[in-house]
Amino acid sequence: MQIIENATLYDAIIVGSGAGGGMATKVLADAGLKVAVVEAGPFFDPANPEQKTQLRWPWESERRGASTQFRPFGDFDAAYGGWEIEGEPYTHKDGTKFDWFRSHMLGGRTNHWGRISLRFGPKDFKHKDIDGYGENWPISYEDIKPYYDRLDKLIGVFGTNERLPNDPDGFFLPPPKPRLHELFYIKGARKSNIPVYPSRMSMLTKKINKERGVCFYCGQCSRACSVYADFSSGSCLIFPAQKNGGQVDLFVNCMVREVTVDEEGRATGVSYINKEDRKEYKVKAKVVVLGASACSTARILLNSKSTQHPNGLGNSSDHVGKYLHDSTGADRAAFIPDLMNRKPSYNEDGVGGMHVYSPWWGDNSKLDFPRGYHLEIWGGMGMPNYGFGFNVNEFNKFFGTKVGGYGDMLRSDVKKYWGAVVGVSSRGESIARKDNYCEIDPSTVDEWGIPVLRFHYKWSDLELNQARHAHNTFEEILTNMGGEMLGDKPGKDMDYGLQTPGRIIHEVGTTRMGDDAKTSVTNKFQQLHEVDNVFIVDAGPFVSQADKNCTWTIMALSWRASEYIVDQLKKQNL
Amino acid sequence: MDRRKSIKSIVLGSVATGLVANGCKPGQENPETGVKKPENVAWRTPVENEIINEIQGEEFFNAHERETLTVLCDLILPPSDQFKGASDAKVVDFIEFMVKDHIPFQTDFRGGLMWLDHKCNTEFGLEFKSCNENQQKSILDTIAFYDPDVIAEERPFEVNFFATVRDLTMTGFYTSKIGIEELGYKGNMPNVWNGVPEDVLKQHGVAYEEEWLAKCIDQSKRGVIAEWDDEGNLLT
Repeated sequence: MQIIENATLYDAIIVGSGAGGGMATKVLADAGLKVAVVEAGPFFDPANPEQKTQLRWPWESERRGASTQFRPFGDFDAAYGGWEIEGEPYTHKDGTKFDWFRSHMLGGRTNHWGRISLRFGPKDFKHKDIDGYGENWPISYEDIKPYYDRLDKLIGVFGTNERLPNDPDGFFLPPPKPRLHELFYIKGARKSNIPVYPSRMSMLTKKINKERGVCFYCGQCSRACSVYADFSSGSCLIFPAQKNGGQVDLFVNCMVREVTVDEEGRATGVSYINKEDRKEYKVKAKVVVLGASACSTARILLNSKSTQHPNGLGNSSDHVGKYLHDSTGADRAAFIPDLMNRKPSYNEDGVGGMHVYSPWWGDNSKLDFPRGYHLEIWGGMGMPNYGFGFNVNEFNKFFGTKVGGYGDMLRSDVKKYWGAVVGVSSRGESIARKDNYCEIDPSTVDEWGIPVLRFHYKWSDLELNQARHAHNTFEEILTNMGGEMLGDKPGKDMDYGLQTPGRIIHEVGTTRMGDDAKTSVTNKFQQLHEVDNVFIVDAGPFVSQADKNCTWTIMALSWRASEYIVDQLKKQNL
Repeated sequence: MDRRKSIKSIVLGSVATGLVANGCKPGQENPETGVKKPENVAWRTPVENEIINEIQGEEFFNAHERETLTVLCDLILPPSDQFKGASDAKVVDFIEFMVKDHIPFQTDFRGGLMWLDHKCNTEFGLEFKSCNENQQKSILDTIAFYDPDVIAEERPFEVNFFATVRDLTMTGFYTSKIGIEELGYKGNMPNVWNGVPEDVLKQHGVAYEEEWLAKCIDQSKRGVIAEWDDEGNLLT
């Protein structure tokens, strides 16, 4: 097949349009560079009234919002994709498990994410110094702080300055008031001396500029906001870069296969498959910026084999794909009798997600696991969706009355119990390990002819111990709230309820940064050690995932790396 | 095997059997049921639209099964002077869709409706739909309640069948416009959240703390562009 070459020479090609790629697009385009954004999925704009799912009623979906293979978070979720994508498989090694969530569309997973926007703290960059596990980052909190500060102001995040040692203050918008079930949580957690604070999430409770709207509290951030009152990469970074007069060419439905190189082994651009005509194309640039997601970027590098780079691009250290790690996750819910018989006299949708949370409070030196977790809270009188009214009066068992039946009694039961379930989830830090990795599976390609990833991932006792602790915490807090625990507490045989790696969708670490080219893939500016005009702006360069969420840090680091690119181009070093 | 079934067999890990029958061509309206293929919608991806169209072009329940299910669903949520019934919310259409969308439901629904007819034929010499309401209820009374301490896999088939019909009837009804009105859900529309009303706080025995409220958004200033001092204190 003849490869079709685009004659334009771009200053930079950005692969992927999620948090990292979007930020690079904004910074590079604002600096006057000519950029091409190559995105594997279609164009998406939540402001398009036909494309948006926000404020649709359940009956607008024939399956009333039930999940499908194509939208595991339900029919109205704004992420196209999921853990399985038809025609784009991945495989596993040695019977291990890793579930890989991909969303191919403009903005990627930022269209539906939870918007929990937590800065990493000073300890998170130097945790090896504290407990001996993993590796320190080559940068410190002071290096990234200025970018977090600017990010808060550019994107907008609500929260509160609490002067906590490892959960830094920022430039916050004021948070929304807690909802009813959150007031119960506050009481329950405090009874166990677990602190609770307003959550930190990137929705605009207050105006930050003239372009974006203010939150109107529909609770549907997972459907992406039509007035751009929450952070999505398209609406907050890429469209503003275009409107600002930036030279941004969007290549959508284009799946990057590899980075192309010249005789010296420097990058010349990328080759990609246009999914619409199924033909292979090449586009050229002075700099290639990879933001395809930690695993997709590793895949592109590993597939970029040449005589100059026989082990894949930037991989003579054999570290590409290694140190893959996801956040840990566990969850439990309870029925809270004091939340029965709620008056649905008011709209409590609020922002999408929680109004309060608990950052990690423990002292790991006294525990059998080295890293912490934060707690997320869910509940309330949410919009009915598929599954609403299932097992409608099962909670009768807590009162010794009959379960089941038919007729008008079901109508009173559904109202009696609506909004009386509260859940708590832990999201914690795992230890990055070299033997948790992704690599190329030499025997499988996807429908585009591109060799696919094969995963090898195992949790260790450290993560299991943490999950056991989290489940004890859930039980304590929910019981403090007067709750009746739902389901059985998972024991050792159930890995203490620890979710399969990949399920929390915080996978990071596959191209970690470091000062030593033998044990890392990029330098501290996220530039490949071996190829100076290739940068990585997704979560691949993370040395460790804190007990936070990764998106805010992806963007701060992408901003920092992108400014470095602009500077190096100006100095003609690239 | 068509595209959707091949996809489903991947999801379910087994090859779909041929229970989906009586397909009519997409776009045709079935005169018996009035079910019609919907237009493609821009909020779905092309493959999602394709699946919806295929499902809408097929029929699962025959006329007798539809009539039986309609009677059953209206016993679960009966129409009255005070309330709308399951059939007012077109619950059977919803169940028809779900049974086609989720293949594991299919045999249980076919078999469950047959079980009801067999039971009524044995007891009363009539099919379920032709029995009077007292006769119908006398059968339901034997299958409508379950012991939550026994896991579902160990409960009798007919009890699980009825529980599934009840679940789908409840969801189908309360995710419809009339169901949401009955429930009184006030959300899914733009508003300004300003805390739990006083009477609700009182009812549930909780209160806001002044210290916490002081940190929260003053909604009268939500339209004023945020500005901070160098320490991160909001000025506006």
